[in-house]
Amino acid sequence: METLITILSGVLVTVATYLLLSQNMIRIILGSAILSHAANLLLMAMGGFEKGNVPLLGENASGFTDALPQALILTAIVISFGVTAIFLVLAYRTYEENGTDNLEALRGNNDE
Amino acid sequence: MMNNMLVLPMVIPLLTGIFLIFIRRYIKLQKWISLSAMIVNAGISFYILNRIQSEGILRLDFGGWTPPFGILFVADSFSVLLVLTSSIVTILCLLFAFSSIGKAKENMFFYSFVNFLVAGVNGSFLTGDLFNLYVFFEVMLLASYVLVALGGEKRQLRESIKYVAINILSSWIFLVGIAYLYGTVGTLNMAHLSERIAEVGQTPLLTVISVLFMIVFSLKAGLFLYYWLPGSYGAPPPAVAALFGALLTKVGIYAMFRFFTLIFYHEPSITHTIIGILAGLTMIGGSIGAVAYKDIRQVVTYNVVIAVGFIFVGLAVATPAAIEGSIYYLIHDMIVKALLFLLAGTVILLTGTGRMDKMSGLIRNYPSLGWMFFIVMLSLAGVPPLSGFIGKVLVGQGAIESGHYVLLTLAFLSSIFVLYSLLRVFLNCFWGETIISEEDERPLKKGWVIPCVLLVLATIGLGLGAESIAVYVSDAANTLLNPEIYIDAVLND
Repeated sequence: METLITILSGVLVTVATYLLLSQNMIRIILGSAILSHAANLLLMAMGGFEKGNVPLLGENASGFTDALPQALILTAIVISFGVTAIFLVLAYRTYEENGTDNLEALRGNNDE
Repeated sequence: MMNNMLVLPMVIPLLTGIFLIFIRRYIKLQKWISLSAMIVNAGISFYILNRIQSEGILRLDFGGWTPPFGILFVADSFSVLLVLTSSIVTILCLLFAFSSIGKAKENMFFYSFVNFLVAGVNGSFLTGDLFNLYVFFEVMLLASYVLVALGGEKRQLRESIKYVAINILSSWIFLVGIAYLYGTVGTLNMAHLSERIAEVGQTPLLTVISVLFMIVFSLKAGLFLYYWLPGSYGAPPPAVAALFGALLTKVGIYAMFRFFTLIFYHEPSITHTIIGILAGLTMIGGSIGAVAYKDIRQVVTYNVVIAVGFIFVGLAVATPAAIEGSIYYLIHDMIVKALLFLLAGTVILLTGTGRMDKMSGLIRNYPSLGWMFFIVMLSLAGVPPLSGFIGKVLVGQGAIESGHYVLLTLAFLSSIFVLYSLLRVFLNCFWGETIISEEDERPLKKGWVIPCVLLVLATIGLGLGAESIAVYVSDAANTLLNPEIYIDAVLND
């Protein structure tokens, strides 16, 4: 299971890298969103998928599932949600002001 | 439980920022509240700093969960010195912002976001947990995304896209690094990480992970991976640029120092050598950039890059003298870079252009500005008795002791480039015939001069009174060089 998820996360990184390297702003934003999903899956896989009980004292279970990666992922999801939102807003405003969503045209010029 | 105080440098700006959102209409009140919050912050961090000297490293376990199970704040001299300096710098940048930032931005929650930025910065300095560090980085970065774009000029928005994109990528690498580290070592508490890695030895796998973190912090600090920096630090208004130049890269530097002195210090032949090479390349690249451009903004931002390279020379050398020198230089750089950005910003506000070839003879129109620029130039070049001197001497001494002659040469050559690049600005902009006639002369506002004068006094004071902070700096260096002090304070107390 861990291997499968790691491979899946690798595929997501590939897709995200392809999107990030394009010139279109929306593609870059989508790429960054997919990138964060890949990281979340990786965190999950690193914690391990052993089947265990809830990590509570006093339950007579043989093994406990590590709850920390899930807490980390929850936080990371919230953060990437916020960052993606602000990135979208910035992209929209940049498109309005500069009249283009092509990053090649947003290099800036020497007169400034 | 007097240790509860440790959380205040992070919580005060955070709560202030939230509170300011609700009093949007009362700009004057907002100004006073954020200013007094920062002053209280500075006072508290000074108090904590003195307590550390008598009681050793302080820590605060949130919710009473003893480490390594919970999240905690750890205050040692290194982190609190930086918290103190960043509070002072923020006070002065706020003073400058009061008369330069403009109604439109103030209405759009400018002061709230400055407070959030400071909360993120102070939190990053104080936290003792790796994932918590990631969260505070994000708090700081989100505030900085807004501050870069606030105002909505073409140039600002264009640069903000690049700034956000590169930071999302580096945060992603940070998260991946955390995942790998948790997968191999099974903890995220920094002291516990250090202990476990010392037990199992720093295997090649762990060294690879450490290089991953090095990439992350290099991106944030502008160590070699600084190509995003000149654009995005040149775009926002001067008060914001000064805050960025003084605080943001320093957080990356702090994290790098913490990581490679506390956690991954077992393989210096690999990691510290890489840091040394990157530091050398950074100084070369920064020097070329600083003399290549005609825009003051570019010259000033490339000076940030050179300083980053110089500070990392101390970490690469890693002798007691060099680490102490780096800490001195770090504090000096926060103050002087804020001053440099404010002065450059004032010049741009007065002349309406950043191009050197379009201004001349400003010292006739604004003598005080010219002389302050002269002092900051000397201070950055490391001329005694100004504050840059002691740091440069100590880093140089460390480099000689350990035989890093190439780095030593590059470090001092870069100082000459700093001097040359700023002298070029000085000669072009301040000397020569004045081209502004008396009627066209824009008045130099008091609100612009006062913070600059205070920062000039700070750099002179820090240079002459280096003795007075020597206790704190040597304690900070001592903790950095002996990780067991930090581990003992966190785990065995």
